[in-house]
Amino acid sequence: MSIWIPIILAGLINYLTRLGSILIINPNKMNATTKQILNYVPSAVFPAIIFPSVFLDQDSNIIHFTDPKIIAFSVAFLVGIFTKNLIVTIFSGLLTFWFIIFFIT
Amino acid sequence: MYSKYNTFFKGVADVLPLMIPVVPFGIIFGAIGIELGFGPYVTFATSIIIFSGASQIVIIQLLSAGASSIVAITSSSVVSTRHLLYGAVLNQYLFHLSIYWKIGLSYLLTDQAFAVSNEYFIKNNDNNFKHYHLVGSGLTLWIIWQVTTILGIFLGSIVPEELGLTFTIPLTFLALLVNYLRKIDHLIVIILSGTSSILFFDIPFKAYIIIASMIALFGAAILIKFNKR
Repeated sequence: MSIWIPIILAGLINYLTRLGSILIINPNKMNATTKQILNYVPSAVFPAIIFPSVFLDQDSNIIHFTDPKIIAFSVAFLVGIFTKNLIVTIFSGLLTFWFIIFFIT
Repeated sequence: MYSKYNTFFKGVADVLPLMIPVVPFGIIFGAIGIELGFGPYVTFATSIIIFSGASQIVIIQLLSAGASSIVAITSSSVVSTRHLLYGAVLNQYLFHLSIYWKIGLSYLLTDQAFAVSNEYFIKNNDNNFKHYHLVGSGLTLWIIWQVTTILGIFLGSIVPEELGLTFTIPLTFLALLVNYLRKIDHLIVIILSGTSSILFFDIPFKAYIIIASMIALFGAAILIKFNKR
Protein backbone atom coordinates (compact mmCIF):
# COMPACT_ATOMS: atom_id res chain seq x y z
CA MET A 1 0.00 0.00 0.00
CA SER A 2 1.27 3.45 -0.82
CA ILE A 3 2.72 5.36 2.09
CA TRP A 4 0.41 8.26 1.21
CA ILE A 5 -2.81 6.46 2.10
CA PRO A 6 -2.23 6.07 5.89
CA ILE A 7 -0.86 9.61 6.13
CA ILE A 8 -3.80 11.15 4.28
CA LEU A 9 -6.29 9.08 6.29
CA ALA A 10 -4.60 10.02 9.58
CA GLY A 11 -4.61 13.66 8.47
CA LEU A 12 -8.30 13.48 7.60
CA ILE A 13 -9.25 11.92 10.94
CA ASN A 14 -7.01 14.39 12.77
CA TYR A 15 -8.75 17.26 11.00
CA LEU A 16 -12.17 15.84 11.84
CA THR A 17 -11.24 15.77 15.55
CA ARG A 18 -10.51 19.50 15.24
CA LEU A 19 -13.63 20.32 13.27
CA GLY A 20 -16.01 17.85 14.96
CA SER A 21 -16.98 19.71 18.13
CA ILE A 22 -16.91 23.10 16.43
CA LEU A 23 -19.32 21.87 13.78
CA ILE A 24 -21.67 19.74 15.87
CA ILE A 25 -21.95 21.21 19.36
CA ASN A 26 -24.42 24.01 19.92
CA PRO A 27 -23.16 25.98 22.95
CA ASN A 28 -26.61 27.52 23.45
CA LYS A 29 -27.98 24.08 24.24
CA MET A 30 -25.16 23.27 26.65
CA ASN A 31 -26.16 23.29 30.31
CA ALA A 32 -24.35 25.40 32.89
CA THR A 33 -22.56 22.46 34.51
CA THR A 34 -21.12 21.29 31.17
CA LYS A 35 -19.79 24.79 30.52
CA GLN A 36 -18.25 24.80 33.99
CA ILE A 37 -16.59 21.44 33.34
CA LEU A 38 -15.17 22.77 30.05
CA ASN A 39 -13.33 25.45 32.04
CA TYR A 40 -11.12 22.63 33.29
CA VAL A 41 -10.07 21.35 29.84
CA PRO A 42 -6.55 22.89 29.92
CA SER A 43 -5.97 21.56 33.46
CA ALA A 44 -7.27 18.13 32.42
CA VAL A 45 -5.44 17.69 29.10
CA PHE A 46 -2.03 19.38 29.46
CA PRO A 47 -0.80 17.38 32.50
CA ALA A 48 -1.35 14.18 30.49
CA ILE A 49 1.19 15.57 28.01
CA ILE A 50 3.50 16.94 30.73
CA PHE A 51 3.80 14.13 33.28
CA PRO A 52 4.98 11.20 31.11
CA SER A 53 7.68 13.32 29.46
CA VAL A 54 9.00 14.49 32.84
CA PHE A 55 8.57 11.48 35.09
CA LEU A 56 9.10 8.53 32.73
CA ASP A 57 12.29 7.41 31.00
CA GLN A 58 12.52 5.93 27.49
CA ASP A 59 11.45 2.51 28.75
CA SER A 60 8.45 4.09 30.49
CA ASN A 61 9.82 3.48 34.00
CA ILE A 62 9.39 6.19 36.62
CA ILE A 63 12.69 8.06 36.99
CA HIS A 64 14.44 8.86 40.26
CA PHE A 65 13.38 12.05 42.02
CA THR A 66 16.92 13.46 41.81
CA ASP A 67 16.85 13.32 38.00
CA PRO A 68 17.68 16.72 36.41
CA LYS A 69 14.32 16.76 34.63
CA ILE A 70 12.37 16.41 37.89
CA ILE A 71 14.45 19.02 39.72
CA ALA A 72 14.21 21.50 36.84
CA PHE A 73 10.50 20.83 36.48
CA SER A 74 9.97 21.43 40.22
CA VAL A 75 11.84 24.74 39.99
CA ALA A 76 9.71 25.80 37.01
CA PHE A 77 6.57 24.72 38.89
CA LEU A 78 7.43 26.90 41.92
CA VAL A 79 8.48 29.82 39.71
CA GLY A 80 5.17 29.43 37.84
CA ILE A 81 3.17 29.60 41.06
CA PHE A 82 4.97 32.72 42.27
CA THR A 83 5.44 34.70 39.05
CA LYS A 84 2.45 33.48 36.99
CA ASN A 85 4.68 34.43 34.06
CA LEU A 86 4.80 32.09 31.08
CA ILE A 87 8.23 33.04 29.71
CA VAL A 88 9.92 33.18 33.12
CA THR A 89 8.47 29.75 33.92
CA ILE A 90 9.84 28.15 30.73
CA PHE A 91 13.30 29.68 31.10
CA SER A 92 13.64 28.98 34.83
CA GLY A 93 13.08 25.29 34.06
CA LEU A 94 15.36 25.21 31.02
CA LEU A 95 18.21 27.12 32.71
CA THR A 96 18.00 24.93 35.82
CA PHE A 97 18.08 21.87 33.58
CA TRP A 98 21.12 23.12 31.67
CA PHE A 99 22.89 24.16 34.87
CA ILE A 100 22.47 20.66 36.31
CA ILE A 101 23.45 18.66 33.22
CA PHE A 102 26.41 20.88 32.25
CA PHE A 103 27.89 21.89 35.60
CA ILE A 104 26.82 19.40 38.24
CA THR A 105 26.51 15.94 36.70
CA MET B 1 -10.76 49.74 20.17
CA TYR B 2 -10.56 46.25 18.77
CA SER B 3 -9.70 45.73 15.13
CA LYS B 4 -9.06 42.68 12.96
CA TYR B 5 -5.49 43.81 12.54
CA ASN B 6 -4.52 44.29 16.18
CA THR B 7 -6.44 41.19 17.30
CA PHE B 8 -4.54 39.13 14.72
CA PHE B 9 -1.19 40.46 15.91
CA LYS B 10 -2.14 39.94 19.56
CA GLY B 11 -2.61 36.28 18.62
CA VAL B 12 0.82 36.23 16.97
CA ALA B 13 2.47 37.87 19.99
CA ASP B 14 0.70 35.65 22.53
CA VAL B 15 1.76 32.41 20.87
CA LEU B 16 5.38 33.40 20.10
CA PRO B 17 6.91 32.38 23.47
CA LEU B 18 5.34 28.95 22.98
CA MET B 19 7.38 28.50 19.80
CA ILE B 20 10.52 27.80 21.87
CA PRO B 21 9.96 24.01 21.79
CA VAL B 22 8.20 24.04 18.40
CA VAL B 23 11.40 25.09 16.58
CA PRO B 24 13.58 22.17 17.75
CA PHE B 25 10.60 19.77 17.60
CA GLY B 26 9.91 20.69 13.94
CA ILE B 27 13.57 20.23 13.03
CA ILE B 28 13.65 16.89 14.85
CA PHE B 29 10.51 15.78 13.02
CA GLY B 30 11.97 16.67 9.62
CA ALA B 31 15.21 14.88 10.45
CA ILE B 32 13.42 11.76 11.77
CA GLY B 33 11.25 11.59 8.64
CA ILE B 34 14.36 11.44 6.46
CA GLU B 35 16.17 9.08 8.83
CA LEU B 36 13.26 6.64 8.77
CA GLY B 37 13.28 6.67 4.99
CA PHE B 38 10.15 8.65 4.17
CA GLY B 39 11.93 11.04 1.82
CA PRO B 40 11.57 14.82 1.68
CA TYR B 41 8.15 14.97 -0.05
CA VAL B 42 6.29 12.60 2.26
CA THR B 43 7.94 14.07 5.35
CA PHE B 44 7.03 17.62 4.40
CA ALA B 45 3.52 16.66 3.25
CA THR B 46 2.96 15.00 6.65
CA SER B 47 3.47 18.36 8.34
CA ILE B 48 0.93 19.94 5.97
CA ILE B 49 -1.62 17.10 6.01
CA ILE B 50 -1.57 16.14 9.70
CA PHE B 51 -0.10 19.35 11.21
CA SER B 52 0.17 17.95 14.72
CA GLY B 53 3.61 17.13 16.12
CA ALA B 54 2.67 14.26 18.40
CA SER B 55 0.38 12.55 15.86
CA GLN B 56 3.01 12.90 13.13
CA ILE B 57 5.81 11.36 15.17
CA VAL B 58 3.54 8.50 16.23
CA ILE B 59 2.44 7.61 12.70
CA ILE B 60 5.85 7.74 11.01
CA GLN B 61 7.49 5.80 13.82
CA LEU B 62 4.83 3.07 13.70
CA LEU B 63 4.83 2.84 9.89
CA SER B 64 8.61 2.60 9.73
CA ALA B 65 8.65 -0.02 12.49
CA GLY B 66 6.44 -2.20 10.30
CA ALA B 67 3.18 -1.76 12.17
CA SER B 68 0.05 -2.22 10.06
CA SER B 69 -1.49 0.92 8.58
CA ILE B 70 -4.60 0.38 10.68
CA VAL B 71 -2.58 0.41 13.92
CA ALA B 72 -0.62 3.48 12.82
CA ILE B 73 -3.73 5.43 11.77
CA THR B 74 -5.60 4.43 14.94
CA SER B 75 -2.76 5.48 17.26
CA SER B 76 -2.28 8.79 15.49
CA SER B 77 -6.02 9.42 15.65
CA VAL B 78 -6.37 8.49 19.31
CA VAL B 79 -3.59 10.98 20.12
CA SER B 80 -5.55 13.70 18.35
CA THR B 81 -8.90 13.03 20.08
CA ARG B 82 -8.00 15.75 22.62
CA HIS B 83 -8.88 18.28 19.90
CA LEU B 84 -12.54 17.34 20.37
CA LEU B 85 -12.30 18.85 23.85
CA TYR B 86 -10.57 21.99 22.57
CA GLY B 87 -13.27 22.43 19.93
CA ALA B 88 -16.02 22.08 22.52
CA VAL B 89 -14.43 24.84 24.62
CA LEU B 90 -13.73 27.24 21.75
CA ASN B 91 -17.09 26.75 20.06
CA GLN B 92 -18.63 28.82 22.84
CA TYR B 93 -16.91 31.75 21.13
CA LEU B 94 -16.93 30.61 17.49
CA PHE B 95 -20.47 29.31 17.16
CA HIS B 96 -21.82 32.39 15.37
CA LEU B 97 -19.21 32.20 12.58
CA SER B 98 -19.93 30.94 9.07
CA ILE B 99 -19.14 27.37 8.06
CA TYR B 100 -16.17 28.60 6.00
CA TRP B 101 -14.60 30.23 9.03
CA LYS B 102 -15.15 27.04 11.03
CA ILE B 103 -13.57 24.88 8.31
CA GLY B 104 -10.54 27.15 8.13
CA LEU B 105 -10.06 27.78 11.84
CA SER B 106 -10.33 24.05 12.64
CA TYR B 107 -7.24 23.34 10.56
CA LEU B 108 -5.27 25.81 12.72
CA LEU B 109 -6.47 24.39 16.05
CA THR B 110 -3.41 23.14 17.95
CA ASP B 111 -2.57 22.77 21.64
CA GLN B 112 -0.70 26.07 21.76
CA ALA B 113 -3.21 28.06 19.70
CA PHE B 114 -6.04 26.65 21.81
CA ALA B 115 -4.32 27.59 25.06
CA VAL B 116 -3.55 31.22 24.21
CA SER B 117 -6.68 31.99 22.18
CA ASN B 118 -8.99 30.40 24.75
CA GLU B 119 -7.50 32.68 27.39
CA TYR B 120 -7.94 35.68 25.09
CA PHE B 121 -11.56 34.75 24.33
CA ILE B 122 -12.40 34.49 28.04
CA LYS B 123 -11.00 37.98 28.71
CA ASN B 124 -12.15 39.68 25.49
CA ASN B 125 -15.51 38.12 24.77
CA ASP B 126 -16.83 41.52 23.67
CA ASN B 127 -14.36 41.70 20.77
CA ASN B 128 -16.35 41.01 17.58
CA PHE B 129 -13.14 40.13 15.78
CA LYS B 130 -11.89 37.77 18.49
CA HIS B 131 -11.58 34.84 16.05
CA TYR B 132 -8.73 36.76 14.39
CA HIS B 133 -6.71 35.98 17.51
CA LEU B 134 -6.93 32.28 16.67
CA VAL B 135 -5.95 33.05 13.07
CA GLY B 136 -2.86 34.84 14.39
CA SER B 137 -1.84 32.18 16.89
CA GLY B 138 -2.68 29.26 14.59
CA LEU B 139 -1.02 30.68 11.48
CA THR B 140 2.16 31.59 13.39
CA LEU B 141 2.49 28.03 14.60
CA TRP B 142 1.68 26.68 11.12
CA ILE B 143 4.39 28.74 9.41
CA ILE B 144 7.04 27.94 12.03
CA TRP B 145 6.14 24.24 11.93
CA GLN B 146 6.46 24.06 8.13
CA VAL B 147 9.70 26.05 8.00
CA THR B 148 11.35 24.01 10.75
CA THR B 149 10.20 20.74 9.14
CA ILE B 150 11.97 21.84 5.94
CA LEU B 151 15.07 22.79 7.95
CA GLY B 152 15.10 19.35 9.54
CA ILE B 153 14.64 17.64 6.15
CA PHE B 154 17.59 19.40 4.54
CA LEU B 155 19.93 20.03 7.43
CA GLY B 156 19.23 16.98 9.58
CA SER B 157 19.36 17.10 13.38
CA ILE B 158 21.16 20.44 13.64
CA VAL B 159 19.85 20.76 17.19
CA PRO B 160 22.45 19.13 19.47
CA GLU B 161 20.79 16.36 21.42
CA GLU B 162 22.88 17.22 24.50
CA LEU B 163 20.89 20.43 24.96
CA GLY B 164 17.87 18.31 25.86
CA LEU B 165 15.54 20.70 24.10
CA THR B 166 12.72 18.15 24.01
CA PHE B 167 12.42 18.96 27.71
CA THR B 168 11.02 22.37 26.71
CA ILE B 169 7.81 20.61 25.57
CA PRO B 170 6.60 19.72 29.10
CA LEU B 171 7.94 23.08 30.36
CA THR B 172 5.82 24.97 27.85
CA PHE B 173 2.70 23.04 28.74
CA LEU B 174 3.42 23.69 32.43
CA ALA B 175 3.80 27.40 31.62
CA LEU B 176 0.36 27.31 29.96
CA LEU B 177 -1.09 26.27 33.30
CA VAL B 178 0.53 28.98 35.48
CA ASN B 179 -2.75 30.83 35.95
CA TYR B 180 -4.34 27.71 37.40
CA LEU B 181 -1.59 26.54 39.77
CA ARG B 182 -2.82 28.63 42.71
CA LYS B 183 -6.40 27.37 42.43
CA ILE B 184 -6.91 24.31 44.57
CA ASP B 185 -9.69 22.84 42.39
CA HIS B 186 -7.55 23.15 39.25
CA LEU B 187 -4.54 21.76 41.10
CA ILE B 188 -6.55 18.66 42.03
CA VAL B 189 -7.60 18.21 38.38
CA ILE B 190 -3.98 18.71 37.23
CA ILE B 191 -2.63 16.08 39.63
CA LEU B 192 -5.48 13.69 38.79
CA SER B 193 -4.72 13.98 35.07
CA GLY B 194 -0.96 13.71 35.53
CA THR B 195 -1.02 10.64 37.76
CA SER B 196 -3.61 8.96 35.51
CA SER B 197 -1.39 9.55 32.47
CA ILE B 198 1.50 7.79 34.22
CA LEU B 199 -0.76 4.98 35.40
CA PHE B 200 -2.28 4.34 31.96
CA PHE B 201 0.82 5.17 29.91
CA ASP B 202 1.29 1.63 28.60
CA ILE B 203 -2.21 0.97 27.31
CA PRO B 204 -2.48 0.51 23.52
CA PHE B 205 -2.81 3.21 20.87
CA LYS B 206 -1.34 5.97 23.08
CA ALA B 207 -4.80 6.34 24.59
CA TYR B 208 -3.37 7.59 27.90
CA ILE B 209 -3.79 11.26 26.96
CA ILE B 210 -7.51 11.12 26.31
CA ILE B 211 -8.16 8.63 29.14
CA ALA B 212 -6.30 10.78 31.69
CA SER B 213 -8.13 13.86 30.38
CA MET B 214 -11.53 12.23 30.75
CA ILE B 215 -10.72 10.96 34.26
CA ALA B 216 -9.62 14.48 35.24
CA LEU B 217 -12.75 16.07 33.75
CA PHE B 218 -14.86 13.53 35.63
CA GLY B 219 -13.02 14.62 38.78
CA ALA B 220 -13.76 18.25 37.86
CA ALA B 221 -17.47 17.39 37.55
CA ILE B 222 -17.42 15.88 41.04
CA LEU B 223 -15.65 18.97 42.42
CA ILE B 224 -18.30 21.22 40.86
CA LYS B 225 -21.13 19.14 42.38
CA PHE B 226 -19.32 19.19 45.73
CA ASN B 227 -18.89 22.98 45.63
CA LYS B 228 -22.57 23.55 44.93
CA ARG B 229 -23.68 21.94 48.18
